[in-house]
Amino acid sequence: MSGEIPAGWQSGRVTSIRDVTPTIREFGIVLDRAAACPPGSHVKVQVDLGGRIDQRSYSVVGQEGSTLRIAVKRQPESRGGSAYMWRLRSGDALAVAPPRCDFPLMHGAPHYLLLAGGVGITPMVAMAAQLAGRGTDVRMVYAARSAGEFAYGEELAGFLGDRLALFASDRGEQIDIADEIRRMHPDGELYMCGPLGLMEAVRGAWEEAGRPRSKLRYETFGSSGSHAAKAFTVKVPRLGAEVLVRENESMLDALEAAGVEVVFECRRGECGLCAVEIVEAEGEMDHRDVFFSPRQHRENRQMCACVSRVAGGSVTIEPAWRGDDAFAFAGPELSMGEPA
Amino acid sequence: MTTQTFPMNAWYVAAWDAEVGRSLLPRTICNRKMVLYRRQDGTPVALEDACWHRLVPLSIGTLQGDEVRCGYHGLVFGPNGRCTHMPSQETINPSACVRAFPVAQRHRFVWVWPGDAALADPALIPDLPWPDHPDWAGDGSMTEVKADYRLVIDNLMDLTHETFVHSSSIGNEALAEAPFDAYHGERTARVERWVLDEEAPPFWAGQLGKPGKTDRWQVINFLAPSVIYLEVGVAPAGSGAPEGDRSQGVDMRVLHLPTPSTDKTCYYFWAHLRNYNIGDQAHTRRVLDAGGGIMLEDETVIEAQQRAIDEHPDHVFYNLNIDAGSMWARRAIDRMIAAENGPVLAEAAE
Repeated sequence: MSGEIPAGWQSGRVTSIRDVTPTIREFGIVLDRAAACPPGSHVKVQVDLGGRIDQRSYSVVGQEGSTLRIAVKRQPESRGGSAYMWRLRSGDALAVAPPRCDFPLMHGAPHYLLLAGGVGITPMVAMAAQLAGRGTDVRMVYAARSAGEFAYGEELAGFLGDRLALFASDRGEQIDIADEIRRMHPDGELYMCGPLGLMEAVRGAWEEAGRPRSKLRYETFGSSGSHAAKAFTVKVPRLGAEVLVRENESMLDALEAAGVEVVFECRRGECGLCAVEIVEAEGEMDHRDVFFSPRQHRENRQMCACVSRVAGGSVTIEPAWRGDDAFAFAGPELSMGEPA
Repeated sequence: MTTQTFPMNAWYVAAWDAEVGRSLLPRTICNRKMVLYRRQDGTPVALEDACWHRLVPLSIGTLQGDEVRCGYHGLVFGPNGRCTHMPSQETINPSACVRAFPVAQRHRFVWVWPGDAALADPALIPDLPWPDHPDWAGDGSMTEVKADYRLVIDNLMDLTHETFVHSSSIGNEALAEAPFDAYHGERTARVERWVLDEEAPPFWAGQLGKPGKTDRWQVINFLAPSVIYLEVGVAPAGSGAPEGDRSQGVDMRVLHLPTPSTDKTCYYFWAHLRNYNIGDQAHTRRVLDAGGGIMLEDETVIEAQQRAIDEHPDHVFYNLNIDAGSMWARRAIDRMIAAENGPVLAEAAE
């Protein structure tokens, strides 16, 4: 592995590899010490994209002592992180950030609906296990492209039984989102993780049903959009910069590397800090964040640089830079220690 | 890895003008213990607050003319830090001195430079003209806060908190829901927020003294490491303030200067200056009192936050969109710290 280990990270080692579907590979990673990972935890790992070091976040599927299991979908159209992960062999070292839980399972709801699409099942496995283990009223609906793509299907059926419903789209099966929401207890909570289109459909249906936003909980790592990732250009006239965003990097990383400063936190389209103003877009915008509302996405006035893209073409943006003029007052020359 | 939270090579407010006089005032600025006083001609002096001989604080000694006499064995130090008298000997030990910090008074504040004196250019003192400007009136005070000064900066760079912390005076619901823009420069950060065509909260309704809805502005200007001035005010809705004409409204400059004392304490200097009703001293007093009440609300929250941070030493904050201003501010601070810890300045900054 190349690249230095960032401060606070540790060096993990791959101890097991198994394919849970033809396109999803599970890795067991042992750490020197691992804090307890409640359901909904994720870890950041360091990946090498052909000489360029980057980070990717993956949900923790399960934890056995100081060994964490994560699962990675092989995505030919992705930004390159999955290809790196799929090249890992048992015994390889991997830099890992301390696990963190930003998608916690809240206790005390009268009913839980877990909704997963594709590799979005990864944070849901531990949630389902915990809820079923406590005898909570839980139902899981899980959609995948084909019957062979249900990762952890047997494991889930083991503790959920008939509370698990699988939907394979190649068999023409589809989750009836509105109906699932309708059948929920009025104070029930919905946890979801999956591709952007599915999550947007659920958000829309949830709002239409008049349910409180606080009871719809989700996590996204911004890795899927409505278009395949392509290279595009970002023009920043205020700074005289024109930056190429390669297909396997984020606009945020490309801007930072070019010296265009952006503040950010989550890097997965949730916090909204990296939002930049869109002056003009030549090409179709592919908003992949969950910070802006669908209305704001349609307005197309801002974009989250960490995940959102242009589907080929260019976008002209306005950065936050305005210089230091707010403190430029004309004042008399000073001398040190002047009398009061 | 350094965990330094403030640059040493910067001007910091050490005191209000009126706090420094013909007596010895101890202050700790950026972990440097200082004693402040004025010479007979009024020039401020800042010396290291420890006698060269046995480290007893000079601030518990006596001021004699322009010099300080140590209260233990009577060594005397001049305003430049040189020892001018030693007991029971006819000569003075040539190495006897205490550190003298660059100090200057500017627009009612006494500023000190705790770092490398050779770099202390008075032209770098932030120019905040309103406290002694003839077109502006008002006053301020200082609150000692048991918290990292950056928590005060965080507080100011996102005034959404006014809705929840200061609901009886300057906060209301409309404020927290209004959009804002965050900008930055090399050493500055700025957050702009307009609340258009809404009721003014109680404090501002009183300042304006006109009925009806208002347009309200908040422009937060930060200069690293610890200077903030706010442009805040209200005008009757639709009277042209967003377009640049604030003449129908009331406009304030609010200074917030949280000077780091130790890593987890600060001196929070503040002042409210207005450009209306400037001949009315009672108005100044009322605003000062209102400002003190608001400051107490902030102090309570910020000190509770510092205690919680201390109880969770490994916790890393999750920053939200509303934190953009404070993130730009902290980046500017971190840049200054990194610059003075670079290879070139390492020696000069001792």
